Amino acid sequence: MTLTTIITAPARRDSAPGVAVRALTVNYGAHAALENVSLAVRDGEFVCLLGPSGCGKTTLLNAIGGFVRANAGDVLVDGAVVTGPGADRGMVFQEYALFPWFSIEQNVQYGPRLRRVAKAALREISDRYLKLVHLEENKRRYPSQLSGGQRQRVAIARALANQPKILLMDEPFGALDAMTRESLQEELLQIWEAERRTCIFVTHSIGEAVFLADTIVIMAARPGRIGAVVENRLPRPRDRTADAYFAMYREIDGLLRAAHGPASAPGQTP
Amino acid sequence: MKPATGGAPRPTDALGTPLLTRRQRSLLAFTSLFVTLGLWWLASASGWVDKILLPSPREVLTAFHASAADGSLMRNVVASLRRVLEGFAAALIVAVPLGVAMGASRIVHGVVDPLLELLRPIPPIAVIPLAILWFGIDELSKVFIIAYGAFFPILVNTLAGFREVERVQVRAAQALGANRYQVFRDVVLRSAFPFIIIGARLGMSMAFIVLVAAELIASSAGLGFMISDARYNFRTDQMFLGMACIGVLGFALNTLLLKLERSLLKWKPQ
Repeated sequence: MTLTTIITAPARRDSAPGVAVRALTVNYGAHAALENVSLAVRDGEFVCLLGPSGCGKTTLLNAIGGFVRANAGDVLVDGAVVTGPGADRGMVFQEYALFPWFSIEQNVQYGPRLRRVAKAALREISDRYLKLVHLEENKRRYPSQLSGGQRQRVAIARALANQPKILLMDEPFGALDAMTRESLQEELLQIWEAERRTCIFVTHSIGEAVFLADTIVIMAARPGRIGAVVENRLPRPRDRTADAYFAMYREIDGLLRAAHGPASAPGQTP
Repeated sequence: MKPATGGAPRPTDALGTPLLTRRQRSLLAFTSLFVTLGLWWLASASGWVDKILLPSPREVLTAFHASAADGSLMRNVVASLRRVLEGFAAALIVAVPLGVAMGASRIVHGVVDPLLELLRPIPPIAVIPLAILWFGIDELSKVFIIAYGAFFPILVNTLAGFREVERVQVRAAQALGANRYQVFRDVVLRSAFPFIIIGARLGMSMAFIVLVAAELIASSAGLGFMISDARYNFRTDQMFLGMACIGVLGFALNTLLLKLERSLLKWKPQ
């Protein structure tokens, strides 16, 4: 049984629900952060953008988020061209980016409050999503009073409470210790399986991509481009100690090395 | 050697030196005050120093009682406090909106900033002759000089606050659906706010510094007037009293502003 299928040419499904990146080029001055990148993400799919720093994975995420202008090509979300940031695409950042002047509860309520949701409904929303990330006890506290893992849970609850179609995550667990990271990965999967929101997740950790993703997009640098798109058919729930997990890990590691050349491949452990 | 038992370890600073408890700090503060008073008393009582140049604490206290009884102290304190508060309020009313406008608009910033850089090095004392010509020798010129002195610390800190806005927080708000105005209100102003408060505190202490200089010109009341008037009468006890009043007033207003700052910025880590 093969666990992976390598898709060389991404399917064009421009008017279908989901995300379509079409021949996207983004330059920072003379530096090509992304060159002619095309990618299709199905509705409800969990996609990991994987690669070493400098391969343009964050630029690609920011282009989908509407924070980066394209020099050529475009991004479609549910058939509409992205022209800027919007509430349909929730963001979770490595730096948490909570509003320190708001309480935990006010942070989670921020998006719905902008849409003038009534007060009682706001409380219901924040209670529900804080419960989802196991922080209902902390709703009156401020971000500075929480640990890194707790802050990132709040950031995830804040993004989800706004009911985005797509969740964009930029190395969200990169600043956390290994154990916190693993438990947050598991929590994220539970939430994703319950809500089935499209999730695009940037990481430089092979293990994280193998554990989380339906589809792993391997990116290469100079210029930033897609090296391979791999379907991850490991059955869920996934077991980090299963042989199939390690087999998948090795395969992705090999593809990553092939995309970057043996000299520049990042050495990593599962 | 006995093993340490019970209680939490004492908090230390970055070098590992134990911090003082609240009680130890107030004990040290009182000791330092009493020793200084004792030395002062000793110096004048023993005749080491000419009593006319350095009156004893007792004489200063007598001067306090006398001027409190005839109402002159209260009149002088009220006159000075009123000038400081009027000048400070005027500075706040102009500097904060100007700083906010400069933070909000690059064009406003580009127009105003060169003027500020030219005016900022001119000390308030250099403005006194011009203020007298423009506004006469009455209240207005004094309040103007105080306002001029308090204006720059407030404005400069307000502007610094706008430079501290974190892009990732702006993006987080945008991804939750915030428009330009909402980003400015909920992220930019909120990030700048602690700096505006610091500017207000520095502006207040500058107002006190400028106060005495302003009151040296043709005053008939005020603590600065009290000090310079005492010089003509060789009343060093009144000079000391005037200086002590300025010290106590400045300290009290600064403490008040610090309290206000803490209650407005509850979300800040200690």
